[in-house]
Amino acid sequence: MWQFIQNQILGMKWLKDLVYRICEQLFGTTASGVGAYVAFFIYDMIKIFTLLCVLVYVISFIQSYFPPDRTKRLLGPLGGLKGRIAAALLGTLTPFCSCSSIPIFMGFVSAELPLGMCFSFLISSPMVDLGSLVLLTSVFGPSIAILYVILGLVIAVAGGSIIQTLQMEDQVADFIKLTDQQKSLRTLKMDLSDRLVYAWTQLAATISRVWVYILLGVAIGALIHNQVPAALVVKLLGKDSPFAVVLAALLGIPMYADIFGTIPVAEALLAKGAMTGVLLSFMMAVTTLSLPSVIMLSKVVKRKLLAVFIAICTLGILCTGYLFNFLQPLLYSL
Amino acid sequence: MLIKVIGSEGSCDSCETTMENLKIAVAEMGLDAQIEKITDLVEIVKLGIMTAPAILIDDLVLFPGQVPSVKQIKKTLAKLV
Repeated sequence: MWQFIQNQILGMKWLKDLVYRICEQLFGTTASGVGAYVAFFIYDMIKIFTLLCVLVYVISFIQSYFPPDRTKRLLGPLGGLKGRIAAALLGTLTPFCSCSSIPIFMGFVSAELPLGMCFSFLISSPMVDLGSLVLLTSVFGPSIAILYVILGLVIAVAGGSIIQTLQMEDQVADFIKLTDQQKSLRTLKMDLSDRLVYAWTQLAATISRVWVYILLGVAIGALIHNQVPAALVVKLLGKDSPFAVVLAALLGIPMYADIFGTIPVAEALLAKGAMTGVLLSFMMAVTTLSLPSVIMLSKVVKRKLLAVFIAICTLGILCTGYLFNFLQPLLYSL
Repeated sequence: MLIKVIGSEGSCDSCETTMENLKIAVAEMGLDAQIEKITDLVEIVKLGIMTAPAILIDDLVLFPGQVPSVKQIKKTLAKLV
């Protein structure tokens, strides 16, 4: 049953068969040359965009029940470890881009939520969401996807706890604390049709933001799929390459892309024998930290706290990579 | 009536569109409204707004995190005035 869901629904094997058969008719072969590129490109584009549309629509609908103001109210009375776990969990329900989670983070800080909770939210928000759970299931299978999400939450909670312990409240930009305590703003009640419109507009906005990255991702994926020899991938990213995780993380951290854009690259590399941990640490690095989001955050927190935040995320990404590499034989036998 | 459009500096395509749609909606409805744009991060936090783009009328936040169409804006404004 799981196998069917993973292969046919999430992986869309039927679509692959169809596309490859058509391309074989058109180009003679899909094993090499133009046919191979076209087939990979068309199949992956359709698959990723279908998953993107369905996922963003469904998640945005759920999200409409958890606007940031409500999240803030839900988190308000909580504190300590329980508060950080709640913050990390609610972080999974927020928008897909780290750039949009920073204003929410600022709102939390100015509402005087404990700093540890704010950071648990800030780490988990881009790192894990329902979309990444489904996408990772389609590529790596359910056990790896679930473990990835759990690890992401653990990093978020642990990161928040460390920052709480370090008592870095003075490291937040002064203007946030100087804001006079929130006058409470009102919002209009949404009915079902408003929520559906909301989900629709979110989908349109997401597609207009990420289609370039997906196109790029699929193109790179096609290139890897058809040009890069498996021996090279195994040598660089396989099990005999102890620093591949570090390399993947360092490459991924400054990059700004969307998890949807990294999927085709990861898929192509996995098929050529790259280690799971290497791919996951790359994906985590791309989505969690990026140059634009760090620049944005640097306006909001002072240098020391920014450094601690980056260090925690980097360490978490590396641990995730090495843990998955270590567990790989076990996970695929499940 | 004073209507504020909130948008963050970095990704302001969406708040530009919101601004344009709002102007069209206001003109079509013949409202006497002054429209102001707020893009300064400090200002946005001070207002207590966490999602951009958004439209703010007094203490009422409309369409947080959305780019509303002219039709949507007109429908909502009609309810308010």
